[in-house]
Amino acid sequence: MAEVTQISIRNGCLVDPANGIDEHTDLHIADGCIAAVGDAPSGFRPGLTLDARGQVVCPGLIDLCARLREPGLEHKGTIASETAAAASAGITSICCPPDTQPVIDTPAVAQLIAQTAERSGKARVFPAGALTQGLTGEQISEMAALKHAGCPVMSHADRPMRDTLVERRAMEYAATFGLTVVLRPQDHHLRDKGCAHEGRVSTRLGLPGIPEAAETVALARDLALAEQTGARVHFRGLSCARAIAMLAEAQERQIAATADVSAHQLFLTEDDLEGFDSNCHVDPPLRTKGDCLALRDAVAQGVIAAVCSDHQPHEEDAKLAPFPVTEPGISALETLLPLMLRLIEEGIMDLPAAIARLTVGPTRILGLTAGNLAPGCPADVCVFDPESRWLVSPDTLLSHGRNTPFLGQEMKGRVSWTLLSGRIVYERARTLS
Amino acid sequence: MSAPNIQLDNQGNLKHFLTIEGLSRDLLTEVLEKTEGFLGVARQAVKKVPLCRGKVIANLFFETSTRTRTTFELAAKRLSADVLNLNISTSATAKGETLLDTLRNLEAMHVDMFVVRHADSGSAHFIAQHANPHVSVINAGDGRYSHPTQGMLDMFTIRRHKGDFENLCVAVVGDILHSRVARSQLLALNTLGTAEVRVIAPRTLLPANPEALGVRVFHDLREGVRDADVVIMLRLQRERMRGAMLPSEHEYFQLFGLTEERLSTAKPDAIVMHPGPINRGVEMDSQVADGPRSVILEQVSNGIAVRMAVMSMCIGTQNIRGQGYSDG
Repeated sequence: MAEVTQISIRNGCLVDPANGIDEHTDLHIADGCIAAVGDAPSGFRPGLTLDARGQVVCPGLIDLCARLREPGLEHKGTIASETAAAASAGITSICCPPDTQPVIDTPAVAQLIAQTAERSGKARVFPAGALTQGLTGEQISEMAALKHAGCPVMSHADRPMRDTLVERRAMEYAATFGLTVVLRPQDHHLRDKGCAHEGRVSTRLGLPGIPEAAETVALARDLALAEQTGARVHFRGLSCARAIAMLAEAQERQIAATADVSAHQLFLTEDDLEGFDSNCHVDPPLRTKGDCLALRDAVAQGVIAAVCSDHQPHEEDAKLAPFPVTEPGISALETLLPLMLRLIEEGIMDLPAAIARLTVGPTRILGLTAGNLAPGCPADVCVFDPESRWLVSPDTLLSHGRNTPFLGQEMKGRVSWTLLSGRIVYERARTLS
Repeated sequence: MSAPNIQLDNQGNLKHFLTIEGLSRDLLTEVLEKTEGFLGVARQAVKKVPLCRGKVIANLFFETSTRTRTTFELAAKRLSADVLNLNISTSATAKGETLLDTLRNLEAMHVDMFVVRHADSGSAHFIAQHANPHVSVINAGDGRYSHPTQGMLDMFTIRRHKGDFENLCVAVVGDILHSRVARSQLLALNTLGTAEVRVIAPRTLLPANPEALGVRVFHDLREGVRDADVVIMLRLQRERMRGAMLPSEHEYFQLFGLTEERLSTAKPDAIVMHPGPINRGVEMDSQVADGPRSVILEQVSNGIAVRMAVMSMCIGTQNIRGQGYSDG
């Protein structure tokens, strides 16, 4: 397929939120880039034509947070295995948090990840640089060097920033280089040894709770520092209604704060912990129905600009233990798009808005230009059949991690082709002409 | 997405005993009735019945325990079962063996029933979900979640003294937050139709949503025990003094320690219970613990009979279905 340099994707419904396109039209690709939308340029001779009748053609999806587990935790997944899973799910760009082993606090680790991904050739991987050395929250990292090595943002993964002075300095230093700071707001004292939302269900199941205040206390502090320093801050994985209200209020006051949510938080609640299903052990924890509805609303309104997979593949043993001692996280790349499509079905938002939260939303947070189909842009494209149904099972998942609470559920929406720089990196059913 | 009740077989018979949650009032009453029958065994010259002869019961204790393990052992022996006692905290897991490995190894020895105690909530469910379908699991306490045989022995003790639950007011005092005993008691009391169930504790020792446990909350001991028929004191773990749960044992006793004087607002014939072991001078003073209203030692004796009832019911379910390892 490598020799084919000109591709036409015909008869599909083209959805490109960045350029306000939502219509039945053709897409033409030449030399790895978008050549034209609509009529083919004169003299265009596609070596391959994909028939996308009844399908949606959109920019390749961008996942703000997926753990690929390499380097350091290759028994859970590798860059090769997880980017292949991403390609099958229409995801062409991934930002991975810096909590690899070793952490991404030197250009060498960042480059190792980017180069390994490039060799696999299934998706672009953007390593988030560590905000502090070793993610210990003590000494700020060499952010300029990390930026130069390809880190689009600086992140503290899920690790606590214990020292507010270090946090302030880290924000100021990142802002010096125009780098966005990515934080998971969580007060580690209030979190303590919790493993479930502190509420009705944790009360009954006797699970150590994580109060809502663990998130809001940290968020209030982070927002105050963002306002003080003028740094751009992105909040990873908000989980409760109160946090959304605080974020919306800050955005109204023009504080440069954005946020994302993990897709599963839009569908699961504390009630799913009944029976101690360790696949529902996630961090931040699944909260109340009211929180879930508020998160959905924030995604629909755009207060939350991006939905990410928060992909955390695990080996089987990591989940085979009593609930509190299992490792948190869901293998989620392959359910990201179908879950977003479910929001449309449930009347929360329309297709262009849903695609925007997976493309132009995250790309703006990362400060990248990907995620749109304007002529001249790299041809990262996802073609999916929104009506095609499939069953989530260990056999249908490509990720090394089979740890998902959606196992056994039927999903609607399946990717037919994924193109990365005009190259087909995933193809479900060959429909060539 | 409420999980199916894995404690019951298809006919609604008790297969595992993991929690009071999801069990009917009839089933709990059946446990209490059966317990009455087993109470006499201790008074016989030969303290044995052959209900579990030929069965192997393993006490799998991942947390140390003296009383609970001993009463389970006695209960199993009185049912004529062979008993294995395994203190895992000091053996297998220290060598890096996982919980499932331990389970598989014991299953290979054709154990018919596991009695499990573990520090993590949900452990008994986890073991029941992964155990061989021929095996029964009895929860002897998991994390903060459940200690259902303790809950039932307390119900049995209350019933012997007070009869029907429908006219009773029961107050549970102390560390509700961390207590699996309290969760089992409160569930059982509500399932059995107790008129009023109260908890009495400072806010730091209450879970986030106590109303989810079906209780009325009091912060004042005198108010909370007013007109109560039963007062249940919970054990206060010494480590609660750390982590800012309480300022001191002294202040705790001043506010929540039970004395004859503070008990005076309760009904004159109120009984006092405690799952043991008692911290005298912290949860209650000796005058109450050893006084005429205390039924604490009776609880211990009843514990053996309740455990015999539950074990025989679970093994009975195995026999009905022709299961167990009798087929080799």
